[in-house]
Amino acid sequence: MNEELKLIWKNFFNWVMGNGPRPENEVVPPEPPPDLPFTQKPKDKYSRFHEATLKERYDQWLEIHGLHIFSILYAGLSILTCVVIVALLLATVSELPPFGDENNPANNVVIMRYVENGGDETGAQNIVAGLILDYRAFDTFGESAVLFTAAVSVLMLLGASRRNKKSKQKFLLRPHSLDEPILRGVASLSIPAILMLGCVVVINGHLSPGGGFSGGAILSTALILAANAYGFGRVHEFFNERTFIISSSTALMIYAVSKGYSFFTGANNLHSIIPKGTIGNILSAGLILPLNICVGLIVAGTLYAFYALFSEGDF
Amino acid sequence: MLEKILLNHYEAAAVILSGIGLTNLLLQRNLIKKIIGLNIMDTAVYLFLAAKGYVEGRAAPILIENGSGGWLNSSSLYVNPVPAGLVLTGIVVSVSVTAFALALTLKLYENYGTLNIDEALLKMTEEQEELETTIEEAEEDVLSS
Repeated sequence: MNEELKLIWKNFFNWVMGNGPRPENEVVPPEPPPDLPFTQKPKDKYSRFHEATLKERYDQWLEIHGLHIFSILYAGLSILTCVVIVALLLATVSELPPFGDENNPANNVVIMRYVENGGDETGAQNIVAGLILDYRAFDTFGESAVLFTAAVSVLMLLGASRRNKKSKQKFLLRPHSLDEPILRGVASLSIPAILMLGCVVVINGHLSPGGGFSGGAILSTALILAANAYGFGRVHEFFNERTFIISSSTALMIYAVSKGYSFFTGANNLHSIIPKGTIGNILSAGLILPLNICVGLIVAGTLYAFYALFSEGDF
Repeated sequence: MLEKILLNHYEAAAVILSGIGLTNLLLQRNLIKKIIGLNIMDTAVYLFLAAKGYVEGRAAPILIENGSGGWLNSSSLYVNPVPAGLVLTGIVVSVSVTAFALALTLKLYENYGTLNIDEALLKMTEEQEELETTIEEAEEDVLSS
């Protein structure tokens, strides 16, 4: 009994210090081959040799087809096009109303309406949050969907081939950890702080600058720091492809259903069960707080997915 | 005209930035540098929108308490909130497009071993010609037998 208790404490201590047991599917990377001198390196398709020969072949191809003049003409014409476009746009800029003037045509009745009635109608202290998550909530829903779609496309492009090629050798290119005590120490101190800051920015989205997008970006930096300090395998244990797909699609679904209800009742003058609350309270502004949390989840997952997929740590 | 451009110097800087980005997009043959040019153009659009939304001497559009439990909601106190929402849309779309373009570039590099668009096109045409010659040979074999 005493031994078991000791083992549990030891495991807990290891977990706190970030030295937990490795996941089963991790593979220790093999020794890299000895570094050959440059001239003896094999001419595989990724070596610099290959690129050099390809460049030579391209030059030959240009000469054979007599296209040198065309490439020079292309460069000259593109510079000319850009100069003409910039000159035209600068001429337009010189006709614009003066910078920062309050009588500009952009500061019209729409802005007056948003600022003067936004607080009462949406219940949000931050008018931009009320604008993007209440008046124009379907626009923001589309943005979240675009981000999720981009993450899924990158997952299809980069994830599938990796899964076929080395399903047994997961996390090969990034070893289980970089084994840097300084990075681990800093990460163990700063990850909780970053996570807390991200949550504060997401939850206070309707009261202060911030919201789902910026807070989600902060949350994803905590995940990326964890992946760098403790290895992708440790993050994979609690945040992987499955978790990402489930959490993001659930968040999108909640967004669509709740905002659809809100728009339906609003357009048909029906009674809505969503309370507005008083401006300035943390639990106010109707749907803006839950929608911010949904958007934050999607953004955090997507940005971490981009990082994990591009740095070849299978995600 | 120069004085007017100096009056609108933020917009002028945005226009010049977008010109630099467009030049990058047209002249660079490296795909990664092309994507960087696209991102410079995105940044120019954000700068232009933010400059159009600014009003001299006004606060950010977050309601200020008036000291007696109410909120100051006069539209002469705050800057234009609409460009902030538009810039948000722009940032999200640019991040998505950049990620997708970089993933496609990575696949192209895995296939052709180069990031230069001309060299990759050369290899593509060579592969196409090889494929056509093999098909022709196979057809000839079938016809002769």
